[in-house]
Amino acid sequence: MAIFIDKDTKVLVQGITGSTALFHTKQMLEYGTKIVAGVTPGKAGTVVEGVPVFNTVSDAVAETGANVSVIYVPAPFAADAILEAVDAELDMVICITEHIPVIDMVKVKRYMEGKKTRLIGPNCPGVITADECKIGIMPGYIHTKGHVGVVSRSGTLTYEAVHQLTEAGIGQTTAVGIGGDPVNGTNFVDVLKAFEEDPETYGVVMIGEIGGTAEEEAAEFVKNHMTKPVVGFIGGQTAPPGKRMGHAGAIISGGKGTAADKIKALNEAGIEVAPTPAAIGETFIKVIKEKGLYEKCKTH
Amino acid sequence: MNIHEYQGKEILRQYGVAVPKGRVAFSPEEAVNVAKELSSDVMVVKAQIHAGGRGKAGGVKIARNLEEVRAYAKELLGKVLVTHQTGPQGKEVKRLYVEEGSDIKKEYYLSLVVDRQTSRVTLMGSEEGGMNIEEVAEETPEKIFTEVIDPVVGLTGFQARRLAFNINIPKHLVNKAVKLMLGIYEAFIDKDASILEINPLAVTGDDEVIALDAKFNFDSNALYRHKDIVELRDYDEEDEKEIEASKYDLSYIALDGNIGCMVNGAGLAMATMDTISYYGGSPANFLDVGGGASAEKVKEAFKIILSDQQVKGIFVNIFGGIMKCDVIAEGVVKAASELGLEVPLVVRLEGTNVTKGKEILNESGLNITAASSLADGAEKIVKLVG
Repeated sequence: MAIFIDKDTKVLVQGITGSTALFHTKQMLEYGTKIVAGVTPGKAGTVVEGVPVFNTVSDAVAETGANVSVIYVPAPFAADAILEAVDAELDMVICITEHIPVIDMVKVKRYMEGKKTRLIGPNCPGVITADECKIGIMPGYIHTKGHVGVVSRSGTLTYEAVHQLTEAGIGQTTAVGIGGDPVNGTNFVDVLKAFEEDPETYGVVMIGEIGGTAEEEAAEFVKNHMTKPVVGFIGGQTAPPGKRMGHAGAIISGGKGTAADKIKALNEAGIEVAPTPAAIGETFIKVIKEKGLYEKCKTH
Repeated sequence: MNIHEYQGKEILRQYGVAVPKGRVAFSPEEAVNVAKELSSDVMVVKAQIHAGGRGKAGGVKIARNLEEVRAYAKELLGKVLVTHQTGPQGKEVKRLYVEEGSDIKKEYYLSLVVDRQTSRVTLMGSEEGGMNIEEVAEETPEKIFTEVIDPVVGLTGFQARRLAFNINIPKHLVNKAVKLMLGIYEAFIDKDASILEINPLAVTGDDEVIALDAKFNFDSNALYRHKDIVELRDYDEEDEKEIEASKYDLSYIALDGNIGCMVNGAGLAMATMDTISYYGGSPANFLDVGGGASAEKVKEAFKIILSDQQVKGIFVNIFGGIMKCDVIAEGVVKAASELGLEVPLVVRLEGTNVTKGKEILNESGLNITAASSLADGAEKIVKLVG
């Protein structure tokens, strides 16, 4: 068990013939991910990295039974690619693409209402269940199988956290990057809920950043619904207000969305927050030791 | 991306939104000419800078004749305005907007934003016009009304009407207010805006509902489909290094410190700044080289960091995912050997192709301090910079 994806997940790569997609298709295959199909309009019948390519997502699903797609298509076409995956009734679509216009995402979210598909991202590193299935762009080797769930708004900071856990002998169940855009599919609460329900996950590391109120909502959920320990970190503690820190969603505006507010909300929900990004691993270990979960979480 | 008030009003005019007559001027002579064309009893001379709070800072002047227009234009052009949004260094006024004065009966607030919580565009209004809306939200939240807009049907007549009644627009002017709201929504969507603020919206003595100010912010991710908006960009309003960075698709923000940072990923870039501060240092910039950076792009990033005279040391922190460590290493070596590196350089590499990346750095013969982790790197650069 883990959340969202596992060794039986059948993956479809949208935009598979692009150079970034090809590189990461290869990496995912090497990790052991079951990639059953690729889609590039006009390239049906070709085979890349041993994966058959189709013109449309519905063709690919009909032929291969793919149930999760990952999107690498360029930003101007990415929203349409998400709609196509939702229309084909996939269980989940993971959109790696960054720089999608926000109005496009507003329409996508509206279209997804009442549909079965879960969207992760956009502008995210993807989802990985250690030793089973890697979907996205994260470096596979830093992950070890274990019992800690990781959820984050930032890609590279997720790697940082996972790396620290692995170095400290703490393995992970699933790491989910929800992306740094203001309008995205899955939020912290959705992922925390899944980790709470997953019997293999004993604790969660949650990495937020400045901007918006997603961390405050997550804190509220943790306080009211979670029994498992959660350790947090908030990036951008030294970011000046009014400046967009790379991510479209990472901006302190109108005095809202500061790191201090978020840390306060997390602390009030009983979530210990790592003082620096370099201390995420050690803070987590401290907390699980207090809860008597260290031995259970340690990779043997 | 931000634009000037006069540019925003020009866009609104195209969507049938009522705005006072006026034109931009770059010199006192031009200002006088515009005033002559307007032939109005009262004219407003407004400093054009990309920041709010101009009125309080003395950037908005009421002129009763052409001589006053000339005098105010002379006074404002070249003046450095300091408002709550410019920072203490202020912004130099290089453009003016001269428009006809309006007989204002009452001022209101109107805005459109993309609301993250609902994932929808939201229309917000208040009868507390001209005020800082954050203060209104803080002190009298009951005076702010919102309408969440379904993208399928767009802003509907009934929603605009409801908002107009809620903010107490005079009954006989509600239809005019509705027309204005529908107009600004259409402009917002058509042009991929992320914020549009009309503060104040005014009801005038001759029964008009007009936008007295217009503050647009556009979604930079959508600029590829709006060549007309891109042309409105005013480079004088932006930091030189930030302009240079944007040419290479680098996300760069100038800060006050002396440690230059080059990082991949916005989250890690912020976290790197945080860690440098934690060890007592001070970052000179936020710089995310992005996912698909080439060695060439990395070199440009380095150039930009080094062009900052304050920089006394550089910390490169890369956790490769989509970004490959060897590409970063190549770029760093290229930049360091071509540009001549005189400040200490600490490099931390991890992730995709890390072994290849480390090899390239080791074989370069450059004086690079290797770091084994984020904390190690931050500590080392802070020590080296002293």
